[in-house]
Amino acid sequence: MDNAATTRVHEEVLQEMLPYFRETYANPSAIYSFAGEAKKAVGTARERAAALIGAKPNEIYFTAGGSESDNWAIRAVAEGLRDKGRHIITSKIEHHAVLHTCEYLEKQGYEVTYLDVDGEGKISPEALEKAIRPDTILISVMAANNEIGTLEPIAKIGEIAKERGILFHTDAVQSYGHVPLNVEEMHIDLLSASGHKLNGPKGVGILYCRENVRLRPLIHGGAQERGRRAGTLNVPGIVGFGKAAALAEETMQERCAKETALRDYLIDRVLAEIPYTRLNGHRQERLPGNAHFCFRFIEGESLLILLDQRGICGSSGSACTSGALDPSHVLLAIGLPHEIAHGSLRLTLSEETTKEELDETVEALKEIVGRLRDMSPLYEDAMKGGKYVQ
Amino acid sequence: MYSEKVMDHFNNPRNMGEIENPSGVGTVGNAKCGDVMRMYLDVDESGVIRDVKFKTFGCGAAVATSSMATELVKGKTVQEALQVTNKAVMEALDGLPPVKVHCSLLAEEAIHAALWDYAKKQGIVIEGLKEPVGDITALENA
Repeated sequence: MDNAATTRVHEEVLQEMLPYFRETYANPSAIYSFAGEAKKAVGTARERAAALIGAKPNEIYFTAGGSESDNWAIRAVAEGLRDKGRHIITSKIEHHAVLHTCEYLEKQGYEVTYLDVDGEGKISPEALEKAIRPDTILISVMAANNEIGTLEPIAKIGEIAKERGILFHTDAVQSYGHVPLNVEEMHIDLLSASGHKLNGPKGVGILYCRENVRLRPLIHGGAQERGRRAGTLNVPGIVGFGKAAALAEETMQERCAKETALRDYLIDRVLAEIPYTRLNGHRQERLPGNAHFCFRFIEGESLLILLDQRGICGSSGSACTSGALDPSHVLLAIGLPHEIAHGSLRLTLSEETTKEELDETVEALKEIVGRLRDMSPLYEDAMKGGKYVQ
Repeated sequence: MYSEKVMDHFNNPRNMGEIENPSGVGTVGNAKCGDVMRMYLDVDESGVIRDVKFKTFGCGAAVATSSMATELVKGKTVQEALQVTNKAVMEALDGLPPVKVHCSLLAEEAIHAALWDYAKKQGIVIEGLKEPVGDITALENA
């Protein structure tokens, strides 16, 4: 139930990758004919990765994952256009791969506007328009939030960016292969995605960059990826990414419909059967597999440990920040007070999730939440009408 | 991440619950920071802690340290209970991850808060007991 953290590599993806470890292991940059097959496989993967978002193959650059792509996109644009302007617009609920890159750029003299979101986690296109300045060079807004699953109005954002002549990057790590994306229709100039979020392998991602946008390298030291990204190509990973993208395109409609129905079933049951619970994120406009709750009067880590003991893997906030004591920046941005944000749980489904598993999860949750509330002085006070009641 | 003892106390908390008409009760921590502990004491006429109960909102370590703290003070005199430090709680649990050390401070503070309330109700002074602070971030920064 933590498929937003990572997914299981699809059997067909694995099978397609295997020959590229020991049989067709050549470095695709080599001249000899042995390298030709590997090179061809990379080309196929590039076509597949591009097709899923309506891009051209030569607009796809393979990277080591979503974080690299996010870092690269933002730094390349910022550094490439520094003479034009030094203002970047993003949102408060981006992944840290975007937020920390922006913070890094702030230290380098750039200015960053972090847009607020509403209670459901959506940014307002009007607020975005107001934030645009003559020196704005980049807008970076995620396609869907990794914690609460809310889909952002990226088509509208792309339209605004295009009208104003500003480059638009979207972190699509959670949505690539999970919701329809089209870089032409949505006017997306740069897009980051990761292989392991769509039943592909870990350690491989893509950066899509529109043909006419000059992309400065982040990693220097070789002519790979048309001189933009040095490093011997991770052929098995790239092949796996391509296959995962092809499968995702093929199955998207059916898979998303199934996941959405199961997600709604889970959300409805949890909200109906566990009192003092709220759903975070937009009720409908959210990732097909994402359910995110706050259970009042209890704390997320305790909940996760007890769920784990029942064989259920969930996440509290984002796995990248677990170990941190502060509640998630996303939950604070949607206006939740700290004490409610502490009781958060993200459950993310996969294509393999069954209704029986969800029933089991709801039953476990009812028992565990009840047990932790019995232990909670906040619950005791709330029931007695005491001072901690919000 | 947690020791077996921490997991045991988290899974099977000792002395969890409430005491009706307690001799002393103290609540410490801050829901904003993610931990609130409440300790109830039942102290007999000779100053021995006959019973102790706790309630905790917080992480696994917060629950385990409260549970262990109740075990360490149960049956002790109030003077002895005052000597139970956060280090003793941590040692009894075979250690805590560094980011969770504050939970043991909170447990110590919860005992002190309950003792303070007891002393106030009795109109006595417990030697060495200082007025507890509500928010332990002050302690951590000290």
